[in-house]
Order: sequence, then structure tokens, then C-alpha cells
Amino acid sequence: MPARDMAYEDPWYDALATGWGGLDGTGVPATTVPPARGGPGVTRTRDVYVEVQRSQAFQEMRGRYRRFVVPGTAAFLVWYVGYVVAATTAPGLMARPVAGAVNVGMVAGLGQFLTTFLLTWAYARHARLRRDRAALDLRWDTQELARGAQGGAS
Amino acid sequence: MTGDHQALALLLFSGFVAVTLGITTWVSRRRHGSAEEFYAGGRLFTPMENGFAIAGDYMSAASFLGISGLIALYGYDGLLYGVGFLVAWLVVLFLVAELVRNCGRFTLADVVAARMSERPVRIATGTSSVVVSVFYLVAQMVGAGSLVALLLGRTGGAARVWAVIGVGALMVIYVSLGGMRATTWIQIVKAVLLLSGTVVLTVLVLLRFHGDVDRLLLTAAERSGQGRAFLAPGLKYGGDWTARLDFISLGLALVLGTAGLPHILSRFYTVPTARAARRSVVWSIGLIGSFYLMTIVLGFGAAALVGPQTVRASNAAGNTAVPLLALDLGGGAGSTGGTVLFAVVAAVAFATILAVVAGITLASSASVAHDLYASLRRSRGTGPRGEVAVARWAAVGVGVVAIALGLLARDLNVAFLVGLAFAVAASANLPVLLYSLFWRGLTTRGAVWAVYGGLLPAIGLVVLSPVVSGSPDSLFPGVDFQYFPLENPGVVSIPLGFLAGWLGTVTSDEVADEAKYAETEVRSLTGAGAA
Repeated sequence: MPARDMAYEDPWYDALATGWGGLDGTGVPATTVPPARGGPGVTRTRDVYVEVQRSQAFQEMRGRYRRFVVPGTAAFLVWYVGYVVAATTAPGLMARPVAGAVNVGMVAGLGQFLTTFLLTWAYARHARLRRDRAALDLRWDTQELARGAQGGAS
Repeated sequence: MTGDHQALALLLFSGFVAVTLGITTWVSRRRHGSAEEFYAGGRLFTPMENGFAIAGDYMSAASFLGISGLIALYGYDGLLYGVGFLVAWLVVLFLVAELVRNCGRFTLADVVAARMSERPVRIATGTSSVVVSVFYLVAQMVGAGSLVALLLGRTGGAARVWAVIGVGALMVIYVSLGGMRATTWIQIVKAVLLLSGTVVLTVLVLLRFHGDVDRLLLTAAERSGQGRAFLAPGLKYGGDWTARLDFISLGLALVLGTAGLPHILSRFYTVPTARAARRSVVWSIGLIGSFYLMTIVLGFGAAALVGPQTVRASNAAGNTAVPLLALDLGGGAGSTGGTVLFAVVAAVAFATILAVVAGITLASSASVAHDLYASLRRSRGTGPRGEVAVARWAAVGVGVVAIALGLLARDLNVAFLVGLAFAVAASANLPVLLYSLFWRGLTTRGAVWAVYGGLLPAIGLVVLSPVVSGSPDSLFPGVDFQYFPLENPGVVSIPLGFLAGWLGTVTSDEVADEAKYAETEVRSLTGAGAA
């Protein structure tokens, strides 16, 4: 589960400079200005977005987002579907007692609540530490470029 | 139910109606009539406010009365619903909330239509959004009717009809006069009321057992007459393999449907940024998760203190378990405490229904005006102000349709209708939304096919299911055109929606516009140019 890898103490700058979970630790700060800024080829607004999409800063940020949500989504969907299928097809397993009145089914059900809360926390933390700043910078740069493109086209 | 209950419940409920109408008038006095204002409440709510409003939109009477009722009757199997309703929020948080906030303005169609040839896509997604909303609305109207019948102690008859008409009229007033701003404040008030009521009841149940959850569960199991089986799955959905597959189908619809519900998606536009949208979802997951955990305690508490037999005798579907539990916790029938608690629970349940229908009506009137009307009449050049006027009237129209259908469908099970709305949302809205956010190659035909390819099978399979014909409990018990064994179509129609979108894309001559996709991707992840 991705939540396990979120052991960062410090936040913000360090976190932005290294990759999440060491998977994308290229050391490239996501705050890099898109190389296209001020480039001669940008004349239309629609090209601005292609330009930004190809910039390293954007690809880096998109990579961080995808590397969190793809495994995260796969993990909780498998865990949830597995739980529903087990509850409907293997009630015997779910009825096995654990402690007192609590059985495997109860533990699994409460486990679903717990993992949902944990993944929510992990996602919010990941987004706050690894994406928000890069997104804000990219937003600013994109809007600047778009404004320039509109000005140039008129 | 005695006269005391009724009088007090009606008094409390009138108080809620008065407060909400006050909010509506206060809000509508300062309105400017812009589309931003009507559909999105000016986009200036804080994440916490929006988080409460989302929770208010989502925690329907089906959850409050329905899930705890199912637990009281069938034990563990009722818990499965709550888990599905909660886990669904991870799909919303991970894949939808921020991206939709960044690329859309008011509706789901805004996100999809940005990349495609606008008209056909807008008409398709607008239609499916209205269909989902109407299914959900009917469920809530039916719930309102049953609740009134229960309160007034008669089943059927004039009271029920008037309750449905009254709820419909109120929701039309809230929405057409107050727009999103009034609707949001009503949701917040309702969420606070519902959560406080649930907390009080939960604490009372736990106090009764001196905080010993183990004893609560054992007492419930003993009282149910099923023993330990009450605490394990299988009592409701453990029949033949069709019943089991049906439940898996429902489980899929629940977890994938939330991200396609138009009234949930439109809530993300009421906050200023994607970051605020994310934080509102985090708030709402916390609130909704705690709420479902408490409904579990209430359900087992009702089984332990009231007993499944008594619950079933009062209402076969278990919808009265929580009011009966409140009566018992307050000191039993005839006591002051019991009367007060019962009345509070009934009034909270009413408030819940009223707030939820207002939220859905607003979302569907936005789809009618912003997507359907605007695309069909684009040539005549309607301004945004004209569109808002259409939206106000659309709210009236949706209200009338919902009242009519609510009266027709009043004998259908509420939780089942909600499950159906989720199935249609997951089949028709989710595939096209995910494709347009994440798939570079999607074409206009693919988008349109994804919508209809999920919507038509979902509705068609419901028509051919045992719900409509072929069994004694169905809508038309006299005839038999039942060819599909499952009650919930999700397990078939959700994959069909995804498949149709892919098929439509690969068979179309159109080449996907790279620049448009770049724009969607950059905007969705950075928020550049967001409304």
C-alpha cells in the first residue's frame, strides 16, 4: 500500500526536490520553468498547451500524480472487490471468530474503513507536498504564455 | 405512533422548513442572476463548508434509515452497503475531484465537451445526467412518502400523496429562488443536524452497554435468533448464486457510481480552486466515514434493544429501526424522553430528504439548461442570463416529473432505487469522464458511444429484470418479460459503457486532436485557465 512509503518528516522544499518514494528521484526540481517560455515558435494559444505538456516540469508533475493514483486506485479496488466477493462467496471464512464477538468479516469491514481513511490522508499529504507547488508554478507559467500568445496573435 | 410524537415532530420539522426558507430568501435578496451565482454559488465556499455540504448531499435518508434498518434485520449484510458507499469516495478523491474542478465550469458535460465536437457530446452527457438525477430523486420522494406514512401511522392514502407534493414544492422553491448558494447552506444545516442526531443516539447506545461493544454485538446476535450467523455475511445475500452475483453487481455500482453522480460533481465548482476541492473531499470522507461507522452501531443497537422481530413488524424493510431505537433509548413509549428523541429523529430524517432532493434538483436543472437547452438552441444565441432563467424553470419541470414518478413508484424499495441510480451513473457517466480525462485517443464518437453504450443497457436490463416483471414483488406482477436475472445491472452495463467508448473510438475516422488533449491534461493538473 502506498501509504507506507510516506515517511517524510519535512515537507515542502525537500519533498519537492526528491522524487516520491524514491521512484522518480531524478533530482530535477519540479519548479523548472517550461523551456518554451519566450520561445519563438509559440504563436497560438493551443500550441501553448502542447508546449507545456511536453515540458519537463509538467511531465515530472504528471508522473508524480500517476505514480500515486494508479497503484493506489488498483490497490483499493482490488481490496474492495475482494472483500465483496469474499463476503458473498465465502461466508464461512468471514464467520471465523477472532476475539469475542468479533469475526474475520468484522475485521475486514472495519479494515475497509481504516484503509479508506489512511489512503485519503496519504493522498492529501502527497498532493500537498509533491504537487501543489509545481502545479501553481505551471499554472502561472501557462497563463503567462497564453497571454503572450494571444497578444502575439492579435 | 401517538399524537405527541406527531405534534412534536411536525413542530421541529416546521422549524427546519422555516430556517431553510429564511436562508433562501436571505440569499435570493442579494442575487445578481449570473450563471456563476446560480450554478456554483459564486465559487467562494470554504473547503470545510463544502465538505459539510457534500456530506449533506450524500447522506440520504436511505443511508440513515435504510442501512441501519438492514443491519437491524440482517446483521452483517447491512454493513456491506456502508462500506461500498464510503470506499467510492476514494475514486472521487483520486481520479475526479481536482481534475473536474480544474477543467469544468458547471456540469459534467463541460469537462467532456471541451475536447470534442460540442453538440452531440453535450446532449449525450446532459441526457444521462438528467436520467441519473431523476432515478435518485424518485428514490428520495418514495422515502419521504414512506416516512410520513410511518409518522402519521397510516400506510398509503392522502397523507403520503401530500408529503410527496409538499417535498417537491419546497425543493422547487429552494432551487429556483436560491440557486446553489441557498442549496449549499441548506445542505450544511442538514449535515450538522443529521450528524448531531446520530452522535447522540450512538453515545446513548454505547452508554446502555457501558461502552462494551462486544456485549452489544452478542446481545444483538442473541436477540436476532440467528446466533453468531447474525454477525457474519449471508443472511440477506447468501441465497443462490444469482442473489450473490446480484450483490457483487450492486457493490460495483456503489463504488463506481458516486464519481458519476451529477449533484456530487457540481459541488466541486462551489470552491475556488482544485486544492480546495480536494480538501472538501477530505472533509467529507471524514464526515461520511464517521457517519457510516455510527450507523453500524445504531443498526446493531436496534437489533439488541428493539429486536428484529419488533422492527420487522413495524416496517418489513426495516426503515423504522432507528426511530424505534430512539423511542427505546429515550425511555420507551409514553415517556417524555422517548417522545422527544423519536420526534427529533423523524424531523432529522425529513430534513435529510428535503436537502438531498434540493441538491439533485439543482444539478439536473443545470444539465437541462446548461447542456441540453444551450446546445439545442445555440443558433438562437441565448445569453447566460437567459440560460439561468431556463434553469429556474427547469427546476420546476424536474420537480413536477419527480413528484409524478414518486407517486407512481411509491411501492418500490428505496435502497434499491438508489442502487439503480448509482448503476446508471457508473455505466453512463463514469466511462466518458475517465476517458476524456485520461485517454489521449478518445474521439467524439467514442465519447457519445460511451454514454449511450452504458445508459441504454443499464436501463434496458432494468426493464428486463425481475424488478419490473415476472415475480410477485415486481412493478407489473401480472406480465412476464423478465429475461435478465439480476436486479442491479451494474456488473454487465458498467463494462459495456467502457467497451462502447473504446469501440466508438477505434471505429471512427476522426483523429483525436492532440492539442485539445494537451489542453485538457495541462488544465486538469495545473488549473491553468480554470473558471
